[in-house]
Amino acid sequence: MAFDLKAALLLTFGQTMQMVISSLLAAIIIGGSIGLLLFLTSNTLFLKNRAINQIVGVIINITRSIPFLILLVLMIPVSKAIVHTSIGPNAVVIPLAVAAIAFFGRLSEASFSDVDNGVLEAAIASGASKLSIVLKILLPEALPSLIKNITVTAVSLIGFSAMAGTVGGGGIGDLAIRYGYQRYEPEVMFICVIVLVLLVQIFQIIGDSSAKKLDKTSK
Amino acid sequence: MIEFKHVSVNFKQHKQIFEAVNDAHFKIEKGEIFGIAGSSGAGKSTLLRTINLLQTVSSGEILVDGENITNYRRNQLRILRRNIGMIFQHFNLARNLTVYQNIAFVLKAAGKSKSETETRVNELLKLVNLSDKANSYPANLSGGEKQRVAIARALANDAKILLCDEPTSALDLETTSSILSLLKDLNKKFGITIVIITHELDVIKSICNRCAVMNKGSVIEIGDVYDIFTKPRVDFTRQLLSHTNHFSLPEEIISKMQGPIIRLTFKGDNANNPILSYAANTFQIGFNILLGKIEYINGLPLGILYVELIGEVDTIKLAIEYLAANTADLEVINHGL
Repeated sequence: MAFDLKAALLLTFGQTMQMVISSLLAAIIIGGSIGLLLFLTSNTLFLKNRAINQIVGVIINITRSIPFLILLVLMIPVSKAIVHTSIGPNAVVIPLAVAAIAFFGRLSEASFSDVDNGVLEAAIASGASKLSIVLKILLPEALPSLIKNITVTAVSLIGFSAMAGTVGGGGIGDLAIRYGYQRYEPEVMFICVIVLVLLVQIFQIIGDSSAKKLDKTSK
Repeated sequence: MIEFKHVSVNFKQHKQIFEAVNDAHFKIEKGEIFGIAGSSGAGKSTLLRTINLLQTVSSGEILVDGENITNYRRNQLRILRRNIGMIFQHFNLARNLTVYQNIAFVLKAAGKSKSETETRVNELLKLVNLSDKANSYPANLSGGEKQRVAIARALANDAKILLCDEPTSALDLETTSSILSLLKDLNKKFGITIVIITHELDVIKSICNRCAVMNKGSVIEIGDVYDIFTKPRVDFTRQLLSHTNHFSLPEEIISKMQGPIIRLTFKGDNANNPILSYAANTFQIGFNILLGKIEYINGLPLGILYVELIGEVDTIKLAIEYLAANTADLEVINHGL
C-alpha cells in the first residue's frame, strides 16, 4: 500500500470531528435560539406573534428543503466571505452549520412545545417574569428532550460531513469514497465505515445516558 | 374582596364569536370559601382565570380589594399575581425540579434572597406536612402530595387569595377529603379567600360557604351553599344536584311495597325533632323505613328519608298532612294499593 492508512485515518478523523463539533455548537446556540423564538412566538402565554413565527418558519423550511449537496455548492460564496476559503474542513463548516441550525431549530422548537403548558401557566400565575420562566422552568423541563435532539443532529451531521469531499472538505467519509470506492480498496472503505459506526454509537450512548440522567419524569 | 362587574369573555373561533362568560356580576367576600359549580364547558375555568388575568376580559371590570385590575399590565400584574395563588387539577409542578426547587422558584422570582427563600420553603413544607420530601421529584410523589406541594407554591408569597381549578378532580376520595380539609385549615388559620371551581358538587357541599352555579357562560344561581342544596331555585341546579345525589329508591323496591311510600326532607331545626315517632303515636300507624341519610352542609343538617306507611287509609292521610306541615318537603312516591 502506497499510503499510510493509520496517518490518513487520524487526519480525516480529526477533520470529521472538527466539522461535526463546530457545526453542532453553532446548531445548539443559534438553532436552539431560533427554536426558542419559534416556540415563544407561537405560545399565547409568552410572545405570540404570528408574523415573526411564520417568517422564521418559512426561512427554516426553505433551508431544510435544499439537498445538502446543493447547499454545499450554494454556500461557497458565503464560506469565501466568512473563512476566506472555499475548500477544506473550515469551509465545509459553514454549509454544515447552516443545515444543522435549520435542522436543530425545528427539533428544539418541538422540545419546547412538548413542555406541559400547564406548568408554564402555573409559573405565569405565580407572577414570575417571562425571562425567569424561560431560564428556570422551560429550559430544565425541555432539557432531556433537547439533549436527545442534539444527539439526532450530531448523528445527521456525521452523515452530512461525509459529503464534504465534494468540495475538498476531507473527513473520514471522504477517505472512504476516494480510497475505498474510487480506487477500489474495499478494506479502506470497510475500516472507515467501522470508524463512522463507532462514532455514531459513542454520540448516541453519551446523548441517551445524559438525557436519561436529567429526566426526572419517571420514578 | 373580589368583585365582578358585568364581566364577559368572548372567544373568536372559526370566525364565530363564542361567549365563554356572559355578564358575570357578583361579589366574593373576604375570607370566604366560594364555590363555582357547573358542568364542563360552562365557563367556570374562564371566569376563574379572569381573577388573575390569565384570561383577559372582553368587557366589564374586575375589582380586587376595591382596585380595578382589569387593565393591569406587566409589573402591576406580576405583583397582583404574587398575591393570588393558584392550584390546578393536574398540579402543574415542574417535573425536572425537586419539591424544594418548585417552591423556591416563585420566591426567587419575587426577589427573595437565598436565605429568605430557604426559611420560607421549609416553613411552607412544614405547613403542608411534606418536610421529608423536599428533595423528591414530583414523579415520586402521590397525587395528594403533589397537590400539597402546589398549595405550598401557591401560598409562597403570602397570597391573600387562592384560586383552585378543579383541585381534587384527579384525586381519589380519601385524598380529596384530606386536601379539602387542608384548604379549610388554611382558610381558618390565615383568613385566605378561596375560590374553587369544580364539577364535583360534593366538594362544594363539604367546604364552601357560598357558591354560584354556571351554565353556558352565565351565572344562573348564587347564594349560601345550604340554600342552594336544599332549595335550588333553578331547574338546571336541580338537575345538577340529582346527578350527584345518587339517593333514590330502586324501582323493584317501590313496586314490592304495599302501603304508600313517601320521601321526607328534613332541614335545619326540624331535622333534630322526633317527628316520625310523634306521628306514629298520634295517628297509630306504622313506619317502615326503606332508605335514609343525614348529611351536614356548612354545619347544618339535611336529612332525607324514604318510608312506607302502614295503617288505615284515613289515618295515613292525616299523618301525611301532619308530616307535610312539619318537614321541609314531602313527596308521595307511590300511593300504594
